[in-house]
Amino acid sequence: MEEIILEAQNLTVYYNGRPAIEGVNLRIPRRRITAIIGPSGCGKSTLLRCFNRMNDLIPSARVEGKVLFEGVNIYAPDVDVVEVRRRIGMVFQKPNPFPKSIYENVAFGPRIHGVRDRRKLDEIVERCLRAAALWDEVKDKLHQNALTLSGGQQQRLCIARALATEPEVLLMDEPASSLDPIATMKIEDLMRELTREYTIIIVTHNMQQAARVSDYTVFMLAGEERVGRLIEFGPTQQIFTRPRDRRTEDYITGRFG
Amino acid sequence: MELRKRRELIGKVFEGIALTATAIGLVALTLLLLDVARRGLGVLSWSFFVNYPSRFPEQAGIRSALLGTLWVISLTALFSVPLGIAAAIYLEEYAPRNRLTRLIELNINNLAGVPSIIYGLLGLELFVRGMRLERSILAGALTLSLLILPILITASREALRAVPMSLREAAFALGATRWQVVRHQVLPVAFPGILTGIILALSRAIGETAPLITIGALTFIAFDPRGPLDKFTVLPIQIFNWVSRPQEGFHRLAAGAILILLVVLLSMNALAIYLRNRLQRRYQW
Repeated sequence: MEEIILEAQNLTVYYNGRPAIEGVNLRIPRRRITAIIGPSGCGKSTLLRCFNRMNDLIPSARVEGKVLFEGVNIYAPDVDVVEVRRRIGMVFQKPNPFPKSIYENVAFGPRIHGVRDRRKLDEIVERCLRAAALWDEVKDKLHQNALTLSGGQQQRLCIARALATEPEVLLMDEPASSLDPIATMKIEDLMRELTREYTIIIVTHNMQQAARVSDYTVFMLAGEERVGRLIEFGPTQQIFTRPRDRRTEDYITGRFG
Repeated sequence: MELRKRRELIGKVFEGIALTATAIGLVALTLLLLDVARRGLGVLSWSFFVNYPSRFPEQAGIRSALLGTLWVISLTALFSVPLGIAAAIYLEEYAPRNRLTRLIELNINNLAGVPSIIYGLLGLELFVRGMRLERSILAGALTLSLLILPILITASREALRAVPMSLREAAFALGATRWQVVRHQVLPVAFPGILTGIILALSRAIGETAPLITIGALTFIAFDPRGPLDKFTVLPIQIFNWVSRPQEGFHRLAAGAILILLVVLLSMNALAIYLRNRLQRRYQW
């Protein structure tokens, strides 16, 4: 049996009082890649953003149910959101480096969490850039503006930046959708590499990508009333070869979506 | 063929109209500047800067008015800039999006359009009489601060709103607190825009006459203001005073003072443009 790191219990998210996803129950295994797939508007990103409470930033959003992280409900009133987000990092759809130097991008996380020592910061920056397979490309220009990097490099920088706060989980919201195939391949290789230490949850539109990189797959679907529900969850191989639900089969064989 | 010629003709005519419109503005401004320069350049001398106003045009200078303007503008900046930026940060980054916030926003926008003399009346009641500051530099600076606060807040909010949401999300996702997000990511990016707003708002304050006359700033000051509670005058009031006299000598003095005021204003605007370009190169998107 896999060890569980994150668990959604009866999770419902409302935007302006209307449910966007409803009654989601899900157990995310540690140090595995879990892919969330489904057609546009099925609530994949909404579900992903529940795991680090990013929905808090949307004033009209309300979350019901529980998300247990290492057994603790991150929506409990006494939980420190800042600490949750430090331990559960996020990489966004469009690369969004800070308009600062490459070094400062990676150092920002540790800095705000209290790391002051310059040598310690240097070491974190190098380790994270290496882990994100970017070090060799940028080691001679660490103090150049991050926006001078290519899109693929920027996205790997965002991954390095997320790693710098020493998270246990990485949430990735279509991290390769704005990248070319070569940059996408690099990101996918990197994800496989990262599962030695990290749990990854990735939202993707691209079913081949889900099949290639993930260990487990979640299939979500919104019905007529446009409320996203979890349809099926299981090992990726099983979802793609022997799905239990007709709707999953229809989706992965391209009959809709 | 006929149609094509007609279309081209219409295009040319419109271009001509637009060019004329631009030219009218430019020509009027140039003539104005030339006229002021022709009449005022002659009076610019060392004594014009170091002399107090006088009954005799050849002995009069702008010393007290220039000092008064510097005092008033410095204090106005000191009061209004921190308040304006802080209010803008609150409204953009912290305030819940509800009816109360919208009401506040609407009122700030309206306040930016209130005639400046109304602020003068407010300053007269509140600062001169209510707080018993008399006709002091402090009362003037507080009045002008109220006047430019709405402009400052609106300009700063626009600068903050132009910062992409993705930047805030990136910082929040790393576990930054709201203040850390604002301080380290949002403000540096918004700063060039805020700076431009500050300098334009101060430029507005430096040229204001009506509210200061309303609170009773004097038109004849023959001593240096030494502290915020001293009586004062400012350049626009001095200019107003000289222009309203019959003698030609005072009109020349007024033209000279206008030149100085223009130089101060244009250098402030140039500074705004310079700083904005310099900082924007660092934070390019």
